[in-house]
Amino acid sequence: MTPRLGLATRDAYGQALLELGREDPRVVVLDADLSVSTKTNLFAKEFPDRFLNVGIAEANLVGLAGGLAHSGKIPFISSFACFMICKGYDQLRMAVAVPRANVKVVASHGGISVGEDGASQQSVEDIALAASLPGFTVIVPADEHATRALVKAAARMNGPVYLRTGRPKAPLVYEADSSFAIGKGVLLREGKDVTLAANGLLVGAALAAAEALAADGISAAVVDLHTVKPLDEELIERQAKATGAIVTAEEHQVWGGLGAAVSQAVARRHPVPMEFVAIQDTYAESGKPEELMEKYGLTASGIVQAARRVLKRKRDPSLRSG
Amino acid sequence: MAARNRRELTGLKKIGIIKLIMPFVPLTLPELPRMALAIRKEVIRMLGRSGSGHPGGSLSEADLLTCLFFHLMRHDPANPSWEERDRFVLSKGHGCPGVYAAMALAGYFPKEELLTLRRLGSRLQGHPDTRFLPMLEACTGSLGQGLSISCGIALAAKMDRKDHRVYCLMSDGETQEGQTWEAAAFAGFHGLDRLIALVDYNKFQLDGKVADIMDLEPLAKKWESFRWHAQEIDGHDILKIVQAVRQAQAAPGKPHVILAHTVKGKGVSFMEHNNYFHGVTPTAEETEAALKELDGDPSLSKALVAAGKIKMGGK
Repeated sequence: MTPRLGLATRDAYGQALLELGREDPRVVVLDADLSVSTKTNLFAKEFPDRFLNVGIAEANLVGLAGGLAHSGKIPFISSFACFMICKGYDQLRMAVAVPRANVKVVASHGGISVGEDGASQQSVEDIALAASLPGFTVIVPADEHATRALVKAAARMNGPVYLRTGRPKAPLVYEADSSFAIGKGVLLREGKDVTLAANGLLVGAALAAAEALAADGISAAVVDLHTVKPLDEELIERQAKATGAIVTAEEHQVWGGLGAAVSQAVARRHPVPMEFVAIQDTYAESGKPEELMEKYGLTASGIVQAARRVLKRKRDPSLRSG
Repeated sequence: MAARNRRELTGLKKIGIIKLIMPFVPLTLPELPRMALAIRKEVIRMLGRSGSGHPGGSLSEADLLTCLFFHLMRHDPANPSWEERDRFVLSKGHGCPGVYAAMALAGYFPKEELLTLRRLGSRLQGHPDTRFLPMLEACTGSLGQGLSISCGIALAAKMDRKDHRVYCLMSDGETQEGQTWEAAAFAGFHGLDRLIALVDYNKFQLDGKVADIMDLEPLAKKWESFRWHAQEIDGHDILKIVQAVRQAQAAPGKPHVILAHTVKGKGVSFMEHNNYFHGVTPTAEETEAALKELDGDPSLSKALVAAGKIKMGGK
């Protein structure tokens, strides 16, 4: 089954910013010379007085946002995920996280689906780093509809948010009128044998994986955990109890990402066997996005294989993973 | 001594209309040196009690703080979140004992609270933390960040057509941070002329002399080339400080930097130019000697030096 592609989540962010700009004069947008790529250029065009390209200076970008938030603005700041989080990290800590400043960090080009640009522009650590900042909310939307809704929800809440968008077109998972709440996962497909818990581009892949598993008589549930932090632990507990096995899938390094967060919740609430579809402690390389996703196992078939492994362990708890 | 008391004495607090025009009664020029001395004494008392903290930079900045908090800034200790207040950001976060002392003496909180510095549960954190003391405006202590935050505050004011100013007190050492120059370039390009940065140029950083570790000179030229209006002054000359800030307030178009040449440890003879006291607090004996010296009697200080009891650093 080929999923229907929607807009890239970065494009949906650009559109959501426009709507926010019209609704709330406190919304200001700053970018570090990537506005054409992060899509903040749409906002810049309509609201030139509330947009600033600060140049290639991410540390200053984040510090400025801290000062703007302190003065009652709602700054949205954007760059590539790798630069925003790595070059601005101490500033995210001191100017945003410690004072719990109302800054919205929306970073594009998350993960390895950046493609040909290679490892320096790809981001495999951003979720771990963002989630480890105390008080930060961390969101990875799956498609354009989820992005629009969650960007707006981020603007409405008070406090720091990290939201990751992606470069390529994302498979459509939702309808235009689907509703979302930060911190609430979405049960997209019921199932009784195994739960596939994913976010970002991997949600589409998880739905495709569930179809493939169904053809083999395996009933897989699919949940979208778009909010990594705070995590919807109730939903995870329900799914652990209902299916007895969980596979997480994310476009991120296996250390410190969605899988790590879900495994903490599972260990605490209802231990069941788990498998983790993620980048296995390495940086990726140049290539077409779909080639890279294939090579690093971030595909429907990668999720299917992980589901089969976890089901074996569910049937025979003496088996080890790998 | 505290300006707040002066206002209460004159009964201005009760007269709403006067409060509107002049919420905080500044000290006159001749009164400022005595306040600087009071700040230095509180710094020594606090650090003598806390047992950890940074005396050298807190003493070198004391005259700058005095002029800002008691003569130049528009603020109201009775109403710290006043919208129209000038903002003060301490980018050199380790100098917070000086700021806490200035704030207490201005009436932001009781003077007795100064002795809780760095203790569990105290609002007076080891480095400025707005979760505990919102009037600090910014969380600092990781050097090089305060100027960016100050730029953000100044930018918001510009967007909202507000006329308050942002004062950012920096150290010379943190001018080595790359972020300082990102912020400097930004403020210069955008002409943030209500931003006034002051550099407490005390010539030392933790490991030694700035000039030996990574010299900043020609520092004024650097700022000027980043499109700033730069002035160099004696950072212990009250009149010069006031004149320089007044000049900065009056000159539109560019952000302003005042390179204030200071002496680390200023006011206590055995701490002056002695980088041992960058991040080491005085012993009980040294505290007593320092306080006595600030009160005009250097005999104990001299005796400690003569007895070889003072440790030296950074020479």
